[in-house]
This record gives sequence, structure tokens and C-alpha cells, in this order.
Amino acid sequence: MTAHTKGTGMKWVGRAIRRLEDPALVTGQGHFTADLPAEHWVRFVRSPNAAGTIDSIKAPDGAMLITAADLKAVKKITPMLHKFEYRPVGQSILADGIVRYVGEAVAAIVAPSEEEAEDIADLVELNIGATAPVVDARDALSAGAPQIHAEAPGNVILKGEVKTAGFDGVWTSAAKIVKVDARSHRQNATPMEARAAHAAYDKASGRVTLTCTTQMPHLMRTAIADLLGIAESDLRVIAPDVGGGFGQKMSLCAEYVLLVWLALRLKSSVAWTEDRRENLIASFHSRDQYIALEGAFDKDAKLLALRADVVSNVGAYSCFPTTSGVEPLMAMAEMPGPYDVQQYQCLARGVLTNTCTMAAYRGVSRPIITFTLERLMDKAAKAFHLDPVDIRRRNLIDKFPYTSATGLIYDEATYKQTLEMAVHEIDLPAFRLRQKEARAKGRYLGIGFATFSERTGYGSPAFAARGMAITPGWETVHVSVDPSGYVEARIGSSPHGQGLRTTLAQIIADELGIPPDLIKVVHGDTDTAPYGWGTFASRSLVISGGATLIAARKVRAKLIKIASHMLEAAESDIVLEDGAAKVAGTDRSVTVATMAREIYTQTHRFKGELEPGISESGTYDPPGTFSNACHIAIVELDPETGHVKVDRYLVAEDAGRIINPMIADGQVHGGIAQGLGNALLEEIVYDESGGILTANLADYMPPTAREMPHIELHHMETPSTQSITKAKGLGEGGTIGAPAALLNAINDALTPFGVEIDTIPATPQRIRAALRAAEQATKKSA
Amino acid sequence: MKPAPFVRHVPRTLQQALAILSQVAGQDGRILAGGQSLVPIMAFRLAKPAHLIDINEVAGLDRLESDGKVLSIGARVRHAAFHAPVTDNRLAALLTYVARHIAHYPIRMRGTFCGSLAHADPASEWCLTAATLGATMVAMSQRGTREIAASDFFEGIMSTALADDELLAEVRLPLLTPDAKFGFYEFNRRAGDFAMAASLVTYSLVNGKMAQARVGVGGAEPSPRRIEEAEAALNGQSPDDDAFRAAAQAASDAVDPLEDHQTNAEYRRDLVRVVVRRALEHSLT
Ligand SMILES: Cc1cc2nc3c(=O)[nH]c(=O)nc-3n(C[C@H](O)[C@H](O)[C@H](O)COP(=O)(O)OP(=O)(O)OC[C@H]3O[C@@H](n4cnc5c(N)ncnc54)[C@H](O)[C@@H]3O)c2cc1C
Repeated sequence: MTAHTKGTGMKWVGRAIRRLEDPALVTGQGHFTADLPAEHWVRFVRSPNAAGTIDSIKAPDGAMLITAADLKAVKKITPMLHKFEYRPVGQSILADGIVRYVGEAVAAIVAPSEEEAEDIADLVELNIGATAPVVDARDALSAGAPQIHAEAPGNVILKGEVKTAGFDGVWTSAAKIVKVDARSHRQNATPMEARAAHAAYDKASGRVTLTCTTQMPHLMRTAIADLLGIAESDLRVIAPDVGGGFGQKMSLCAEYVLLVWLALRLKSSVAWTEDRRENLIASFHSRDQYIALEGAFDKDAKLLALRADVVSNVGAYSCFPTTSGVEPLMAMAEMPGPYDVQQYQCLARGVLTNTCTMAAYRGVSRPIITFTLERLMDKAAKAFHLDPVDIRRRNLIDKFPYTSATGLIYDEATYKQTLEMAVHEIDLPAFRLRQKEARAKGRYLGIGFATFSERTGYGSPAFAARGMAITPGWETVHVSVDPSGYVEARIGSSPHGQGLRTTLAQIIADELGIPPDLIKVVHGDTDTAPYGWGTFASRSLVISGGATLIAARKVRAKLIKIASHMLEAAESDIVLEDGAAKVAGTDRSVTVATMAREIYTQTHRFKGELEPGISESGTYDPPGTFSNACHIAIVELDPETGHVKVDRYLVAEDAGRIINPMIADGQVHGGIAQGLGNALLEEIVYDESGGILTANLADYMPPTAREMPHIELHHMETPSTQSITKAKGLGEGGTIGAPAALLNAINDALTPFGVEIDTIPATPQRIRAALRAAEQATKKSA
Repeated sequence: MKPAPFVRHVPRTLQQALAILSQVAGQDGRILAGGQSLVPIMAFRLAKPAHLIDINEVAGLDRLESDGKVLSIGARVRHAAFHAPVTDNRLAALLTYVARHIAHYPIRMRGTFCGSLAHADPASEWCLTAATLGATMVAMSQRGTREIAASDFFEGIMSTALADDELLAEVRLPLLTPDAKFGFYEFNRRAGDFAMAASLVTYSLVNGKMAQARVGVGGAEPSPRRIEEAEAALNGQSPDDDAFRAAAQAASDAVDPLEDHQTNAEYRRDLVRVVVRRALEHSLT
């Protein structure tokens, strides 16, 4: 299994060992929710209208139809934030009288098979009295716009404001103000596996087991038990293999609540597998924002102040647990990015519309704020007749710890160094020459830079600062050695592709002197894993990894104590390696297996000085740490079609100590693929009546392998002082950097035409529209 | 995304197939060929045929041969059959070049040439090929056999002159003359996607001037078709940039563009101009 790792007793951390989870997955032995058989299957009847009142719902005779009327005893999903003028709005499990977006679940049909359920659902007569919808966030803010929820007048669900004390003075003294009006269209995270749930009632215990594709099984248990008014101990939630989440699966979906309710009511098993169309219209969306950003610079192009207006379209309801503050508040807190700027003003609003609910998607707002800020820096470079690299050199943070205008503390990072490294590797002068020669031949190349910080691994204080009623943050890990000497770590995180079983095993392996493939990492089952927050926000390696290290160190201490007893040697003389404890400088040793057997089965030998067994727990709740990177994209733009081809993509990044370089690279690759989709291809398009025009993967366009460039990765390692493993998170950086680098590259290629594009995705139609306008303008003036 | 219930029939002979088709045509009975368009549509329940007549076992429909005048392509011939040239006529080189623009490899292994024509997606490369080259469609039913010219065959988006009880048994493409020039270009946002505009051109050179020019445009209007205005701009001219640009502009002006969320009319005209010129440029390589 660990083919290119020979020998033990070496450091495991830092090695690109193969992923322990892969053999099962690549041979088709994984377990996914939709594999489970069920007595009953559910098909949801979804609203074809964006706004309206439900007049009647009628199913064919004999059909089992569930509507809101059946669910009176179930509470509404009402996420809560205690700050930012947040207006709590409730969501019924099935639409109760009013529909608020196309795709909202209005009723459920229950049948013996998936196919029959769909056949019957097709025959349901749904009468909705349509009312006027509002789809765009700016329209929703305008006077007289339809109101989505009475509780949120003017459709503003939350409003964050900051203004630093010295802002006005600095703003008026600036040499230049540079402005960007950025637009990010709506996207869907498109995990390979769409949502799926299976709820089974156990007649013996009266408990329900919900198996579902989720990033946070414990929180699902807490939330669903709350809504149904049952004891958490009567609900077991299992996240088996999960085919990607990217944030879409870290929110509670009403559908899962209904499944548990049905299992209780039918005293049986019931399943639902979402199809791609449902996923695209009715699972969570993201990234639908307008950001107007202005930067005030002094005469030397030093950024003095930033002013931002963030309008985030949060859809029809608020998501649990993050609430619809997740995007606007992230934008507000992290807008200044990697630049040293101490004056800041921001207004960030979450705006309700008749569209699918917004939730977290890998990168959360930072792909948008980074693209906006990096466009601002390039525009400023132009205004000051500077090179894009130069303006960044003048403004990147280089003294640590650095406290940002919004009070975030940046730990040591390498903003300038990764920029220089990337610029060196790309050979900028050679590119500029090539670009010049190409332009002479009517070919348009462009280069784009993105430097950014990625806040990762933040614990509960960061969530408390947002005023969240639910503040995730810490993680707990139980590490035990069983009587046969095998090690098991039970974790509250819930990896779903990140390779955490491997990286945590590497961390434990180094502490205990045991190879990683003898270490099992157990997760995703609320009956066996300690309470935890799951996997999201580039947190698991930092937080769960830290908790793992704490627990493993305790186990190590215990093993040394056992060895000290058994070998009659001082604890300080014991070393753990090769699966054994040894007395340094002697040939005396005892294997971990023997020690484990003794401490469980021969406890009396330890004379009451040691507790039986080996089982330790670690909990970690860190402040957060910033990783950083510089992305460079080189594109060729076809001005006739508007097509953009990515010729070269280079990343220089620093995520602190790298536990497994292969896994780290994979995270960057995957993130860039999604970032490229965001920048060039992917867009959920609503028409004016609130219908979705992109409800399949021919119209909603994630990149394929053929659109992906080769990615060149260069690394620096600045061990974090804010993380006990010294690792920083890196799960989102790819998505964060790519739109900025690509849009800057496109705009560099567009320079000869005198047009700019500040919208993602920068589709060929949009690029052509800008070019056509310029062509027509020159025709007129000629 | 499960299709509505249906009955699948698996005839072994053409006679059986036509007999079943005539029985079930009235109940939205449909031919199942490669299934690469029909099955997704059924999964979305945009089509709910009560009967499918699966022609994949029907003997003789895999015919792919040339008689020196035309290339006959039977209803079971897959896109992948054209991955390598099927004859030594220039037409085969054209088909090989065009084929690789259709979808992705697994889809080309299953989807059929005739199925593409029967399905009549506005952006289908084979529909464009048939319209440009002037294919003859051989439609069979229990009522008899008839030949339909390409110009009469395509009636709109996913709509053809085939009657409900007719099987498109074969398509005949005229062979090209040895000196014929051809060029093809299509534009899409991702490799393998349907074209947002495509053009196929053929012509021959008489004393260095273009003659018998055919300029086909697909993906821009409800059906692919030849654009006479563009052909007129080529015939009698040298194959140079001026002539190509004139033809491209003529085509762009002549089309009545389809619009969708990623392609408004202006953009579609831009694309038509580009694909026609690039197809013409391709003819010189
Ligand atoms: C992801 C994807 C991408 C694609 N991209 C492209 C592309 O770029 N270009 C392109 O051209 N196509 C593309 N296709 C479609 C593909 O080429 C299909 O194979 C083709 O359109 C239909 O051929 P088929 O044999 O699969 O027909 P089927 O799907 O079996 O049938 C299609 C329709 O034609 C009817 N039909 C089929 N054969 C006959 C016949 N002999 N007589 C009468 N009626 C018949 C059927 O009843 C049905 O209504 C794509 C498909 C997919 C899934």
C-alpha cells in the first residue's frame, strides 16, 4: 500500500505516501449512500414557479403524498446570527403556502421504487398562483421590489458595516482613487455525487439511522433532532464515502429532515437520490455578488484605504449553520487580502431573492474579493504606469504578525517571496517579448497575477465574531491502541476526498513510531466518532490534525510509561520506533503489541500506577493561520470569437509544513479546476421569470480535462506558529487565486483593444460584446 | 432522472422493424439507435415514448459502402466508423476530419450517423455535412421507400421530413472529385460540446478560381443549410483572404440567428463570420 515508503522509524510527515483511502475507491469498493436498498423511495415535487401561492396539490388516487400540512409538528429551519441586523427567516421542510424559487420542494411522493416515485410525481397536479418574482439582487434592493419574506423588509437579511477611525482623512488626502465594478455570476459547486439520503428505522431500539452525503454528520444530527423534537441519541448519522462536497454539503437540506421524519412515521427505510437537474436548480448555489471596490493610493502607488460595497444575492432562504452571512461577511472581513492597508470602509449586504438558497462554496467569497482586489491592483498599476508586479511589491504585507484593518491577525507568511518566486519561474521578460512578437502577428497573449492570503484552520472565536448561534471551530480526536497493538483514531472531522485518513495517520505514525498503514482513521459516524464539526473551510488538517497530534502525544507518553515499567528503564531513556519501545543505547525493547496486550490483560503488573488500556483524547481550537500563494496565468485570447485558451498556469504557494506533498498538490490542482470554471465557464443563468436556463451539464459548464492547462507548482514552507502541527490549510487556494489570475491575464491580452472585463465568468460572448463595442467606436470615429 | 415506462422491441430484420414501427408509431413509438440523444431526453422526461424499437440487432443496417458515385451509410453505422478514412475518396478524409469534432470518444462509439440526422440537432456536424454536400436520405416504412433530398429533409430544430412510421435506413453522400477542396471549422466553449457555429465548405479550382462552391453553416439557425450569398462571393474568385472575408461577411449577414443564454444574435453573427472564414482558410491547408 505504501509503495514508495521504505523502512520505519523515519519521519512520515512530509512524504508523498499514497492515499490509504484510494485502493477501495479506485476498485469500486467504496460505500456510497445511493448504494443502500430501501423499502420506500422519495421523489420531490418541485415548484416550477419562482414566486407564488400554492392553491392546490393533488396526487393520483392511492399515491402517498406528503405536503406541508403533514409536517405541522416539524419546526422550520431558522438559522440565526446575533449581529449585523440579521433578520431570521424560516424555511418549512416543504413549501408551506408560498413558493420562493424554482425548484423549491413543495411535496414528496413516496413509492416502492425510485422509478415509480418519479412516475407518480409526474402526475401530481400542482396549482400555483404565480406572483412577480425578483431574481437579481440589485433589483431586489430597489423600492417596490417584491418582498421575499415579511421578516426582512427591503429584502435585506443582513447588513455589515465597518469604517476605520482614520478613513475619511486618508481618503481625502489620496493622490489617486482607482475603482472596479466587479460582478460574479452565480455558481454551483457541482460535486460528482449529488445529494442523497437514506433513513432507516430500527424497530428494536426505535432509533433512526440517517446515512447521507454530508460534510458534517454531527451537526446534521443536532439540527434534525432539534427540528423533529427527538433526542439526539435516537438519531445516528452516517456519512459514508462522500463524492465531493465543496461546501454544498455543509448546509442542512430540508430534504434530509423529511427523510428522517418519514422513517419515523413509516417505521421503515426510505431513500432519496438527487438527480443532476435537481442539484443544479435546488441544491445550494453561491458566488452571486456585486462588489464595487475603490482604492485610495498615495503618489507612490501605496494603497492607503479601501472602500467596498458588497451586494450578495443569498437566494430565498438562509442556510444552516453558517446563515446567509457566509458570503457577505467573509467578503467584508477579508477584503484587504494580502495588502498592507489600514483604512477601510465596507458595507456588505445579504439580499433575498426568488432564487435557490446560497451557501458556502470552496473559497467562500474569496474567489470574488480576490478577483476584485487583484483587478483593482492591475488597474492601479496602469494608472500609475507601473508593472503589475511592481505595484504588488509596494503593497504586500511583509511584517508579521500583522493586524489587518478588520482586526484579523496574519501570522508569518511569504507574500513577497512567493510573488518573486513565481515571477522568476515564469520568466517575465521572455514572456513580454513573446507577447510583443505575437501582437505584431495579430495574436493576443496576456499574463495575469494573483497574490492572495487564505485564512484557514480558524477555531470557534472566528465564528463567534460573526455572531453565529452555532459556532463551529474546535475538533476532538480519540486515539487508542487496541489489545493487538493496532492504532485507531476516531475523528469528528468528516473528510470526503481530502485524504485525511492518510495525513492524520502520518502525523500519528511519527509520534508513535508505527507505519501509517497500521493506523486506522475512523470518521463519519455519530455513533463512533467524537462530536465534531466536520470538514470545510480548509480546517481539517490544521484543527483535526492538531487534535490528533495532542491525542497522539498522550498515547506516546502512555506507551513510554508502559515501556518504562516493562523494561525497567527511565522514561527519558525510552524511544519509540519500528513499532516498538527501545531503551536507547541497549538491545532491550518491547513491541507496541506486547505493551498493549499487557496494559489491557495484565493490568495488575502495573501495580495501580497506570490506568488500564490505551485511549486518549485531544481537542484543539486554534486561532487560525494564513497560507498564501501567487498564481500566474498566461492566456491566449481569440478576439474574433472571444475564446480564452490557458497556455500556462503557475503557482508558488506556502501552506506551512506540508504533511503529504502529493495530497497538497492535488488540493491545488482541483481548486484551480474549479477556479477556472468560475472564471471562464460556469454560470447558473436565471431568466427574468426566475426559471433556470442551465439545468444540465451541457448548459452549466464545468471544465473538462481538455480545458485544463498543465499546472506548475512551486512550494515554500513557512511553518506556522499558530498551528501545533505547523501546517496551514490549503484546500481553497486554488479556487481563490484562479479567477483573479485568469481575469488579469484576459485583461492584459485585451490591452491593445482598450477594453476591460470585470465579470466572471468571462464568457466568450461577454468578451466579444466588449470588443464589438470598441470596434464600433473606432468605426464611428474613423 | 429515470425515464417514464416504455416497452423495448428488438427486431432482427428490417421487415420486423418496419412492421413494429408502423404499429407503434401512433403511440410515440421511436427508433432507438445509439441512444446518445434519445436516452438523455428520456431521462429528463422531455420525451416519454411508450415504445422503443431498438435497431441495433437489425441485419444489414450496418452497411457502409461506396459504389463510385455515392457513399451509403446504413442506420447502424457509428460516428466512430469514420475515425479513419472509409474509402480513398476525398469525402472520406472530410468525414474523418469532421467526425473528431463530434462529442467525446465514448459517445462516438455509440451514436450513429443516421441517428444524428433523424434527431436533427441544429448544431450536429453530420446534419451540416448532409446539408452542405447534398445528401440523399432513404426513408423506409411499410408503406414503401422514398428518397428525400437534404434541402427538403431538415424542417427545423429537431424536426425532419421523416414520418412517424419511417425509418431512416440509409444516407447517401455524393463522393467528391479528386481535386475538391474542403474546409471545416467549428466553435464551442469546451471540447466536445455542440458547436455554437460551424461551417463546412467545398469547392474546386478551375484555372485558379473557385467553382461549385458550397458553403454550409450549422448551429446558427434552426437547421443547417447552404448559404447562397456566400457561395456567390466565392465562385469565380481566387481562394484568397479578400474572397474568404467577403463570403464570411455574406454568410454572417444572411443568417437569421438562433439565440440562447450564451449566444445572442450579434454574437452568433460574429461566430458565423469567423467559422466560415476559418473553414475556408482550412481548405488551403
Ligand atoms: C455529451 C454529448 C455530447 C454530444 N455532442 C455532440 C456533438 O458535438 N455533435 C453531434 O452531432 N452530436 C452530439 N451528441 C449527440 C450524438 O452525436 C448522438 O449520437 C446523435 O445525435 C444521435 O445519434 P444516436 O444514434 O445516438 O440516436 P438516438 O439517440 O438513438 O436517437 C435520436 C433520435 O433519432 C431517432 N432515430 C435514430 N435513428 C433513427 C433512424 N435510423 N431512423 C429514424 N429515426 C431515428 C430516434 O428515435 C430519436 O428520436 C452528443 C451527445 C452527448 C450525450
